[in-house]
Amino acid sequence: MNLLRIEQLGKSFGGVTAVEDLSFAIGPGTVYSIIGPNGAGKTTLFNLISGLFAPTTGSIHLDEEDISGLPPHKLAARGLSRSFQNLQIFFNMTALENVMVGHHLHSDTRFFPSLFALPAIGRADKRSAEFAAEMMDYVGLGNYIHTDSDAMPYGALKRLEIARALASRPRLLLLDEPAAGLNPSETNTIADLIQHIAQDNITVLLVEHDMHVVWDVSDHILVLDHGRRLAAGTAEEIRSNDAVVEAYLGRRAKDR
Amino acid sequence: MMPLLKPRTGGLLSLMVILVVLPLFFRNAYHYDVAIQSGLNAIVCVGLNLLIGYTGQISLGHAGFFALGAYASAVLTDRYEFAAVGAMIIGAVAVGCLSYLIARPILKLKGHYLAMATLGLGIIISIILNQEEELTGGPDGMPVSSFSFFGWDISGNLTWYGIVALVLLFTVWLALNLVDSPVGRALRAVHGSELAASTMGVDTQRYKVLIFVFSAVLASIAGSIFAHYSGFVSPAEGEFFRSIEFVTMVVLGGMASIFGAVVGAAILTILPQLLASFHDYEMMVHGAVLMGVMIFMRRGLVPTLVHFIRGLRK
Repeated sequence: MNLLRIEQLGKSFGGVTAVEDLSFAIGPGTVYSIIGPNGAGKTTLFNLISGLFAPTTGSIHLDEEDISGLPPHKLAARGLSRSFQNLQIFFNMTALENVMVGHHLHSDTRFFPSLFALPAIGRADKRSAEFAAEMMDYVGLGNYIHTDSDAMPYGALKRLEIARALASRPRLLLLDEPAAGLNPSETNTIADLIQHIAQDNITVLLVEHDMHVVWDVSDHILVLDHGRRLAAGTAEEIRSNDAVVEAYLGRRAKDR
Repeated sequence: MMPLLKPRTGGLLSLMVILVVLPLFFRNAYHYDVAIQSGLNAIVCVGLNLLIGYTGQISLGHAGFFALGAYASAVLTDRYEFAAVGAMIIGAVAVGCLSYLIARPILKLKGHYLAMATLGLGIIISIILNQEEELTGGPDGMPVSSFSFFGWDISGNLTWYGIVALVLLFTVWLALNLVDSPVGRALRAVHGSELAASTMGVDTQRYKVLIFVFSAVLASIAGSIFAHYSGFVSPAEGEFFRSIEFVTMVVLGGMASIFGAVVGAAILTILPQLLASFHDYEMMVHGAVLMGVMIFMRRGLVPTLVHFIRGLRK
């Protein structure tokens, strides 16, 4: 069974078509990458899947249930989480608190018990804090637990976003350019992390420009161009696809 | 390993000690009056800071809720002979319902638009209080009977001071609890990044409405206490200028700081009294103090001081 199935999806803004007649499906436990030139519609596609935009045409199915147009917080409850290309960190909180927000859906969020600090809230919150700390360890941010997020370096913030997304215990994780702006060693760490996540049976949908990462981690690659599917297949198939080389990768990639 | 959650009981205890010791320095009724007014403003500001400082939403209409609470107590006890506690509760529930109905459409707006909408709300409330003369006494205001509680008529400065101090402490305790809970974290997340909050499963609209209603109810309760304490209410309590004053107190004391709201409320209540000796220049000095604080302590008094002290310790 497919975890995520996209059916003839389309999105246009006024007269501009960002995504057009796109269909694909993702099986559970895989890393599925989407590549393509700038403006190909990758981020729009992410925003459609994560509920920030409603599709103009077509539909999105999670576990074969139509989820198109559901608001983001309802999608999160169904096990979908994401990171952002331009950081969306809660800079008014510590690193740990950021990740604890990720655990929101599994926390005790009743208003009146919170107001009166009933013991049940404290106990549940302690568990949230421990789980969040675990997630920070998982992404390699164990040293930053008590740091204010606005005092953290960029590379760490990229991983903090992933830790936060993982804290919601997703089944499908959307990563929007997790390696953008990172140095080579940080990029390698991210690639390892993505493989770890996939091994832990979380399906990863990845948008990434760094092709080293894409070749390393992807089970399946979809190439977008002008909002349409240009090609799809394994890393090998994509690398030897003439149309893809022409539109995006360039000649050198083929010789590598 | 350091504890993952830090208790904030120290601040609450300090506030308690200050509130207990303070009356020892009061020499006359005027001192009590300023302290009680400060306390009532602080109750409103603690609630308002949850909305503005923590959740990042603006309201320029909270004096309207304060006035509605005050008038609910005045009208229900005076015209319909309700018990004071009953009138206060009915006022709070009514303001809660009203703010809930209004919050749903209003909080879809952002920034300037939200400010305009809440501003309009405050003005409408103010107009109604002025126009409904039969009920409210119109621009002249109306007297309010004293607060009787199971046959006990509350009077005397120290008693009123004690009541306001207790309600303030309770409010601060509630706010501190809330801020350190998953609910408070969700509120701060809405401020930090509404986009990320919603993708983490936070129903952002629900939380914005929730805290708007809560802060409105706190303002209403403060209004009710004010009405019985002062024995007189007038539409001036709900005027636009009062709403601005509340927001200024929050900003001056420090956004996203519970104790900041208390400090800001106290300073801006006391300052005009201290500046009375400047006569014609009072407003200028008042303005200069505000500008000075905002230029040199942009995050507000309390957060700046906390930051400074932490820096010293390191």
